[in-house]
Amino acid sequence: MKRFFCVIVACAMLVALAALPVSCKRNDSVANLEGDYTGLEGTSLYIVNWGEYISDGSEGTLDIIKAFEKVSGINVTYDDSTPSNEAMYAKLKSGAVAVDIVIPSDYMIQRMIKEDMLQKIDTSKIPNYKYILDEYKNLFFDPENEYSVPYNVGMVGIIYNKTMVEGTPDSWELLWDSRYKNNILSFANPRDAFATAQFLLGQDVNNTDKALWDVAAAKLKEQNPVLQGRVMDEVFNKMEGGNAAVAPYYAGDYLTMKSINDDLEFFYPKEGTNIFVDSMCIPKSAKNYEAALMFINFMLENEVALANAEYLCYASAHSGVVSNPDYSLKDNEILYPDSEHKPKTQYFYDLDPEIRSYYEKLWEGIVR
Amino acid sequence: MKKLTKIFINSPYVVWSAMFVIVPLFIVIYYAFTDANGTFTFDNIAALKDYGYNFGISILYSFIATVLTLIIGYPVAYELSKAPQRTQKIQMMLIMLPMWMNLLIRTYTWMNILDNNGVINKILSLMGLGPVTFLGTPGAVIFGMVYNYLPYMILPIYTVMAKMDDSLLEAARDLGCNGFNVWKRLILPLSIPGVISGITMVFVPSVSTFYISQKLGSGKIMLIGDTIERQMQTNYNYHLGASLSLVLMVIILVSMFIMNRFSDNAGEGGMVA
Repeated sequence: MKRFFCVIVACAMLVALAALPVSCKRNDSVANLEGDYTGLEGTSLYIVNWGEYISDGSEGTLDIIKAFEKVSGINVTYDDSTPSNEAMYAKLKSGAVAVDIVIPSDYMIQRMIKEDMLQKIDTSKIPNYKYILDEYKNLFFDPENEYSVPYNVGMVGIIYNKTMVEGTPDSWELLWDSRYKNNILSFANPRDAFATAQFLLGQDVNNTDKALWDVAAAKLKEQNPVLQGRVMDEVFNKMEGGNAAVAPYYAGDYLTMKSINDDLEFFYPKEGTNIFVDSMCIPKSAKNYEAALMFINFMLENEVALANAEYLCYASAHSGVVSNPDYSLKDNEILYPDSEHKPKTQYFYDLDPEIRSYYEKLWEGIVR
Repeated sequence: MKKLTKIFINSPYVVWSAMFVIVPLFIVIYYAFTDANGTFTFDNIAALKDYGYNFGISILYSFIATVLTLIIGYPVAYELSKAPQRTQKIQMMLIMLPMWMNLLIRTYTWMNILDNNGVINKILSLMGLGPVTFLGTPGAVIFGMVYNYLPYMILPIYTVMAKMDDSLLEAARDLGCNGFNVWKRLILPLSIPGVISGITMVFVPSVSTFYISQKLGSGKIMLIGDTIERQMQTNYNYHLGASLSLVLMVIILVSMFIMNRFSDNAGEGGMVA
């Protein structure tokens, strides 16, 4: 009996081991990434980021965190347990940990600056700051470029499976199309979900008129009967596996899905769409400011920024990447549409708490 | 002296529960009755009226899930306790084996299996049926609860039944009791403590479930656990989250109290009661 038990356990362990090597191919080539880290060796750095949002060494890519630790001698704690901007905010606000680097989106950075949660970043100590493209400087959330260094840029569009959808759709209307009943996905995140209705209705996504939010909420309720579900990261599985026909999501992620299921197509809706910039920031709670500056600089090294751009498939804000002839997504028409194909875009601004709790309340009435 | 030893032996547990059970409980109560400025208020409790629906479906779904696990689990536990020693161990391990895997992974896997283009629908389409939409329905959420919590029903009932004295059953049969009456008059009453703790161990996690409902309910079914998670994670409204949690705790306490009334000597042989 004991032996039988041992055999089972051994088998289970073997299966587990067999699954490992996939993630063990590492590329630690950091030949020309030296920097001056004197005095920082042995200190620690706490980074908060979203899941799957940095090149992590899987499938032969560059393991950025490991490479940084190797070059600098700094011990990094990398925390990617936060699923959303709001969760990042909650984590910082709770004060439970001292975070040295956080990578939120534009509107959340705006709120964090407003609430005095971020430190000024001394860009004179970040030589690689020169690579940041001008179009991502001086944006509304940080007009003087004092608090944030752009990491990635993205836009929302609609992904559809051409074997399940007729013709070539071009509008947000597709998310309400009863022909695709039970095959339409939408966002599980209220701000993104509301935006789909707001763009369709021709509203400003940053309006503060409660009556307009009511109209958008009614539009979302109208969508309930045709909706298969409200998802975030599950969208990868569902679209790649042909489990749903239509889903709005971030352009960069579409490229990842397309590489697995070639039937997937993508468009930017004609009514306009959301653009966002995710930037690196240093919270007030940071304990290792100097190391944080070095990390931001490291992230902007040509080699590192390229590895990230290749891994994430998001549009890069780094001039060294977008002009690099080796960059496989260079001039990609979805990530870097030319002026003729550029969609109308709106950034999300930080809304005041009253509107925020108003639409959160509306949202609870929609999802049931 | 004896008293001193007793205090000494108990102290780690007392300190532990004071720090990680009692103190957090008071923090929850504090948050539930204050607003963002820390002043006393009943607003969070009054806001609960908007969440009656979420409470309602949570209780309904977990009630159904508990009944189903009992219907499935009870015969299994009985058969298990009557099986020969060697097969008992194997069967026991087969029940435990899925629990070695993380709940999140198992649930995520079920999402793929049940999806419109998942394994089950592929098999159905080979037979010329379907596709059937499983995900996003209450059935899928209840299925997820039953699947995940079934072992918690089987184990306590099995424990009680395995301890049952066979000579009692023999005596009953000797004295002319038929099969059904043996079960009704002997096995059932003796297994009640196990059933009670099984029900508690399934109902409590079911009623506060959140991840299962998000994945198998496709984000369309918001149980009270999901609502609380939203208050904490996205709304940053700890006060409302705390008052929702407090009410959930009261509901659980009340239902446990009702359960305990069913048997006066619950706890005997049961794991939780």
